[in-house]
Amino acid sequence: MNILVCVKQIPDPAGPQELNNDNTLKREGKLILDESDSYGVEIALQLRDTAGEGEVTLISMSPGEPSGLRTALAMGADKAIHVVDDTLHGADALSTAKVLAAAVQRAGDYTLVIAATESTDGYTGTVPAQLAEILGLPSVTFAKSIRVEGGKVHVDRQTEAGYDVVEADVPAVVTVTAGVVEPRYPSFKGIMAAKKKPLETLAVSDLGLDLSSWGQNIVSVEDAPSRAAGEKIEDDGEAYLKIVEFLEEQKVI
Amino acid sequence: MPDHIADELAMFRQTLREFVSAEITPHALDWEEAGRLPRSLFARMGGLGYLGVRLSEASGGAGRDFRYTKILVEELVGSGSLGIAVSILAHAEFATKVVDRAGSDDLRKRFVAPAVRGELIGALGVTEPDAGSDVGAIRTRAVRDGDEYVVNGSKTFISNGNIADYVTTAVRTGEAGPRGISLVVIPTHTPGFTAAARLRKIGTHASDTAEIVFEDCRVPAANLVGDENGGFRLIMQGFEGERLVLSVMICAQMRLMFDAARRYGLERDVFGHPVLGFQAWQHRLADVLTTIEAAEALTERAVDLYVRGEEANSEISMAKLFSAEAAVGVAHDCAQIFGGSRYMEENLIARLQRDSLAFSVGAGTSEVMREIIARTNGLVPPRKAT
Repeated sequence: MNILVCVKQIPDPAGPQELNNDNTLKREGKLILDESDSYGVEIALQLRDTAGEGEVTLISMSPGEPSGLRTALAMGADKAIHVVDDTLHGADALSTAKVLAAAVQRAGDYTLVIAATESTDGYTGTVPAQLAEILGLPSVTFAKSIRVEGGKVHVDRQTEAGYDVVEADVPAVVTVTAGVVEPRYPSFKGIMAAKKKPLETLAVSDLGLDLSSWGQNIVSVEDAPSRAAGEKIEDDGEAYLKIVEFLEEQKVI
Repeated sequence: MPDHIADELAMFRQTLREFVSAEITPHALDWEEAGRLPRSLFARMGGLGYLGVRLSEASGGAGRDFRYTKILVEELVGSGSLGIAVSILAHAEFATKVVDRAGSDDLRKRFVAPAVRGELIGALGVTEPDAGSDVGAIRTRAVRDGDEYVVNGSKTFISNGNIADYVTTAVRTGEAGPRGISLVVIPTHTPGFTAAARLRKIGTHASDTAEIVFEDCRVPAANLVGDENGGFRLIMQGFEGERLVLSVMICAQMRLMFDAARRYGLERDVFGHPVLGFQAWQHRLADVLTTIEAAEALTERAVDLYVRGEEANSEISMAKLFSAEAAVGVAHDCAQIFGGSRYMEENLIARLQRDSLAFSVGAGTSEVMREIIARTNGLVPPRKAT
């Protein structure tokens, strides 16, 4: 079973983040595999290994060296397609989806396209659904588990109340919720093998796309409002009643 | 350094950093309390191939060089528990490297390969109650009896002694002095083997340290590593790697202490401004950092020579001597900035300082290092005939 996994390389979220003059994120330093993508990679590896055949191919659009892709290859993915092009600087979500869709179409036969529900740096959460629309495929979101059987993908789809059991024809685009599996650590053998795995680097023109402008640009960036001070209650021995009252108001109890 | 090696080293470091921070650091205090590492840690790290980076491919290792060991050491020290690094390295380097290098295919298959996988835990047994730096004076005796050696004697300060499945043991098989010493792998399930006591140390608490006793332990003669009576040379060669591991460990430990001191000095206010607002502290930490950089440079040079297979005994000894002696002062200075909390058990700096006292004796005392430096640099006049 061939599975494509869309992954993003991002600046380390633990480090200081800086913006360019055009309000986009600076991506000059070392890029790492977005942690939220590691769950999709893990699920894809498990599906491939359970099937006993097929390949896991990474699809990524990002500037710079493929250091984050190498991490996913070290985890066990088989190959990668990396779209690197300066003209994509500042691309919005829809343009990103177009690029990924074009890359997916180069990747040969596949059963699933897996993605995270959202990236850790951009947080639009819209790319996978746009990708499915462009490819004309079913889109299943927030998967906590994925099974492929009888030409269909069966997904337990996380909801606030529990989960829905969803099935769709394959190929399909499925997004994976963060934290639903424990991503493996790259083994030392995996690390050694990673650099020998096929990694195709493509420009936008290689994909037959003409993309140099997009509808959405970041006009300004504002700091999140700082949290307002809470209400202070002096404990005169009955403060607990106030807490109970507050929790009841919030319908927590 | 070629790009592909630099990339591989960088990925190994990043992977280990994530592994240590998620799988080791959160348990460090529990393991310090327990006085040993759980077997599951060896199995987990072995399963991922992290224990065999410098062991041969014939033994299931990765056949890489000391630069990979250096990363393993540095990232383990990052857990803040030196004992964890000591226990893992005693297994992955000290007990196994010599068997991998000089042992038979059969020994590699029976002892090194399972150690690489983390299924068997190894220890190195050289020091005795009456022979530490003076390795040539060991008394534990192995007497050949048919296809077996019969081993009697005792060893002390043995890292992993209680948790090990085998001890790569220095024994006397011949004449007195260094020319009568052999190395034999002794499984700890051998009748007559006892780990006599868990020794209570003042630091490196997560590393299990034991006194072990052999009473008529019968070991297959096939467990001999290299040639009979050829053990002293193997032990001395092994010590080079061991001392290099220690040098790297000390430098990483000093960095950790400096980082902690710097962080605290910037955060902690006293008399209305941060402690590091005082020039006295700025200069003190400037001195500390300069010392650390010097130790790192010496260690890096020794690692470089060692990796290239050049004679490095003198440089390794200098790196180990300088780092170990510097660490005591660095630990004191870095702890002092914490004021009263430097003395509190739960403060990381207190543990790091305590652990740093192991450095001037582990893998050869500072005095032995000076002896090697003197001998290898023409500082010992020839003896006059009497």
